Amino acid sequence: MGRFTLHRLWAVVLKEFVQMRRDRITFLMMVGIPILQLTLFGYAINSDPKHLPTALRLADEGPFARTLVAEMRNSDYFRLVRVTDSEAEVERLLRLGNVQFVVNIPEDFTRKILRGERPTVLVEADATDPAATGPAIAAVRAIADTAIDRDLTGPLSRLRGTPGPIDFEVHAHYNPENITQYNVVPGLMGVVLTMTMVIITALAITRERERGTMENLLATPVRPFEVMVGKILPYIVVGYVQVTLILMAARFLFDVPMVGSLALLYGISLLFIAANLAMGITFSTLARNQLQAMQMAFFFFLPSILLSGFMFPFRGMPEWAQWIGTCLPLTHFLRIVRGILLKGNGIGEILPEVWPIALFVAVAMAVGVKRYRQTLD
Amino acid sequence: MSAAGELAIDVSGVTKRFGALTAVNGIDLQVGRGEIYGFLGPNGSGKTTFIRMLCGLLTPDAGSGTCLGHDFLTGQSVIKREVGYMTQRFSYYEDLSIRENLDFIARIYGVPDRAGAVRRSLERLGLGNRSQQLAGELSGGWKQRLALAACLIHSPRLLLLDEPTAGVDPKARRGFWDEIHQLADEGITVLVTTHYMDEAERCHRIACLAYGNILVRGTVAEVVASANLATWSVTGPELVRLAGALRGRPGVGQVVPFGNTLHVTGRDFASLEATIAGLRSPAHEWRRITPGLEDVFIGLMDQAKDNFD
Repeated sequence: MGRFTLHRLWAVVLKEFVQMRRDRITFLMMVGIPILQLTLFGYAINSDPKHLPTALRLADEGPFARTLVAEMRNSDYFRLVRVTDSEAEVERLLRLGNVQFVVNIPEDFTRKILRGERPTVLVEADATDPAATGPAIAAVRAIADTAIDRDLTGPLSRLRGTPGPIDFEVHAHYNPENITQYNVVPGLMGVVLTMTMVIITALAITRERERGTMENLLATPVRPFEVMVGKILPYIVVGYVQVTLILMAARFLFDVPMVGSLALLYGISLLFIAANLAMGITFSTLARNQLQAMQMAFFFFLPSILLSGFMFPFRGMPEWAQWIGTCLPLTHFLRIVRGILLKGNGIGEILPEVWPIALFVAVAMAVGVKRYRQTLD
Repeated sequence: MSAAGELAIDVSGVTKRFGALTAVNGIDLQVGRGEIYGFLGPNGSGKTTFIRMLCGLLTPDAGSGTCLGHDFLTGQSVIKREVGYMTQRFSYYEDLSIRENLDFIARIYGVPDRAGAVRRSLERLGLGNRSQQLAGELSGGWKQRLALAACLIHSPRLLLLDEPTAGVDPKARRGFWDEIHQLADEGITVLVTTHYMDEAERCHRIACLAYGNILVRGTVAEVVASANLATWSVTGPELVRLAGALRGRPGVGQVVPFGNTLHVTGRDFASLEATIAGLRSPAHEWRRITPGLEDVFIGLMDQAKDNFD
C-alpha cells in the first residue's frame, strides 16, 4: 500500500523481461510476426495484379492480330500462355482457372478492319475475383482504340480515330456483375474453417497437457490414436455447422450463385477440415502451453489469409509468395469452393486442387503423430 | 497383509535413464498382495519415474519381472486395466462435474454396469450429494477424494499413489489413509510415495530412495533399527547457541530443533557421547531417545549424498 515506488515497478518490469526471455516461442513470435507481416504486406501483396495468364483463340493470323496481341502484352497485364483455335480448349482452361483471360480474335479480323467494319474482339474473363480482373479489363479498354494504330499507315490511317477500328467486348464469366461478395463469401468458408479448426485443436490438446490430464489419460488403456481421433471428431461436426451457416448466409443474405453440387462441396470440406485439424494437432505437439499454441495458430493463419488469394489476388503476388501460397491448403480450398459454387466445377475439374490438400493432411498428420509419440517418453 | 507367496509386484533391475541422468538405477521390488508399500525419498529420487514405468507411462531401459502376474515389459496394456494411478497433481477435468469425470473414466475402462459403478463410487467416498459440482470448484481434500474414487472405479488390483496427500489437511489425510487401509484389507495392493514421515509410518513396509537407488527397506521398525543411530534429546535455554556448538563436532551427525528440544543424532555412539559430555551443563537436560524415522531418513540422505554425488 501507499505511494508508488520506482523500485517495485522496476521489480515487476525485470521479472516480465526474464519470463519473456524464458518463453522462447513467444519471444520468436514477437519478432517473427512483425517480420512476417512486413514481408507479406510489403513485398507479397499487390492489388494491381499484372502478367495474368491469358489464352488466345486465334482464328485470323493477319498482321493486325499480331500487333494487337503484342500491344496487349506490352500493357504488362497479359501473359500469353496458350495459343489455340479450339473453342472447347479455351473454355476448359477458363473453367479450370488455368487462365484468367481468353482473347478471341475472330475470323475475317483483318478483312473487317480493312473494310472498316469494326470486328469484335471478345475478351472473356474469369471474374470470380473481380479484384484480379478489374485492372486488366480497364487496361484493355484503354488500349482498345489505338492498339493497332501503328499498322494503320498511309491510306489505312483513315481507319484511326474514335471509335477505333476494333470493337472490344468483355464477358466477365462466373460473376458478370463483379459482385465482390460472390468471391468473398465462399472464400470466407475456408478462412473461418482455417481459423477455428487450427486454433481449437491446437488448444484442445495443449490444454490437456498443461492441466496434467494428459498424464492421467495415458495411464488408462485409452490409445493415443483414440485420444487424437476422439478429440478431432467433435470439431469436424463443429466445422460442418460452420460450413452450413456460411452457405446459408451466402444463399439467403448475399444471393451468391450456387451452380455446382453442394454434396461435392460438403465432401471436399471434410478433407479441408482434416487438413486444418492435422495442422492444429501438430502445433499442439510442439507448443508447451496454450499461449504458444495460439501464437503458432496465428502464425499459420496470417499467411493463409494473405497469400491464399482470399484478400488479395493470388496472381498479383510475386512468384515466391505464390509458392508459399501453393503450400497452404486454404489456397486450394478457395479455388475449389469458388469453382464449385460459381463455375459449377465437378469432381474432375477440382481434382488438381484436391490432391495438394490431401498431401498436406498426410504430411501434417505424419509430423503430428511422430511428435506425439516422442512426448510420451 | 497376505502370504508372501502371492506377489502383486515382483520386478528386478528396473532402470530408466533420461540422457545422462539415471533416474531409476536397477531397482528390485517385491510387494505382496494387499500390502501397503511406501516409497520415501526426496524430490528427484526416482519415485515418480518408477511408478510411471509400472503403469506404462514410461518405457524402462532395463528390468524384468511381473506386475499383477503379467510381464512388466510386454504386458503393459493388460496391466493398465488392473492398475489405478493417482497422479501427483490433480489431473481430472476441472470443467466437468464429479459425476461426469467418473463417468468418463468408467467409459474409458469399459466398466460393466457403468451407472451402478459410478453411483457406488460416489456413495463410498461420500461424494453423493456433490456429484453435480464441477471438479474445479472442489477444495484440495475433495479433489483428492474424487481422484481416489476415479482411480478405483474400474476395481483395480493395484493402486499407485504418487504423493496423494500433498496439500491436504490433516483430517482429510487421516480419512484418506483409513480408506487406503480398508482397500488393502480387501486385497488391493498399494504402492504410495510420500514425503511425510507420519504417512510412511502408516505403511506396512517402506523403501527409502535416493538418486534412483533403494537405500534401505523393510518395516518402519526394521528401517530405524538398521540405521544404527543414537539420538539424544536436550532441553534447556539457548538451544540455538548449543546447536551451533554441536554441529561439526566429532560424532555429531544431525542437530535438529523440535520446538523446545533439540535432537542430536550420530552414528558413532562413543564419540557422540564424548562430545556431549564436554558440553553438558546443569541448565540442560539430556536424554537418550529412540531415533525417529525422520532422523533415520535425513541420516540416510546425507550418507547417500556422499556415496552417489
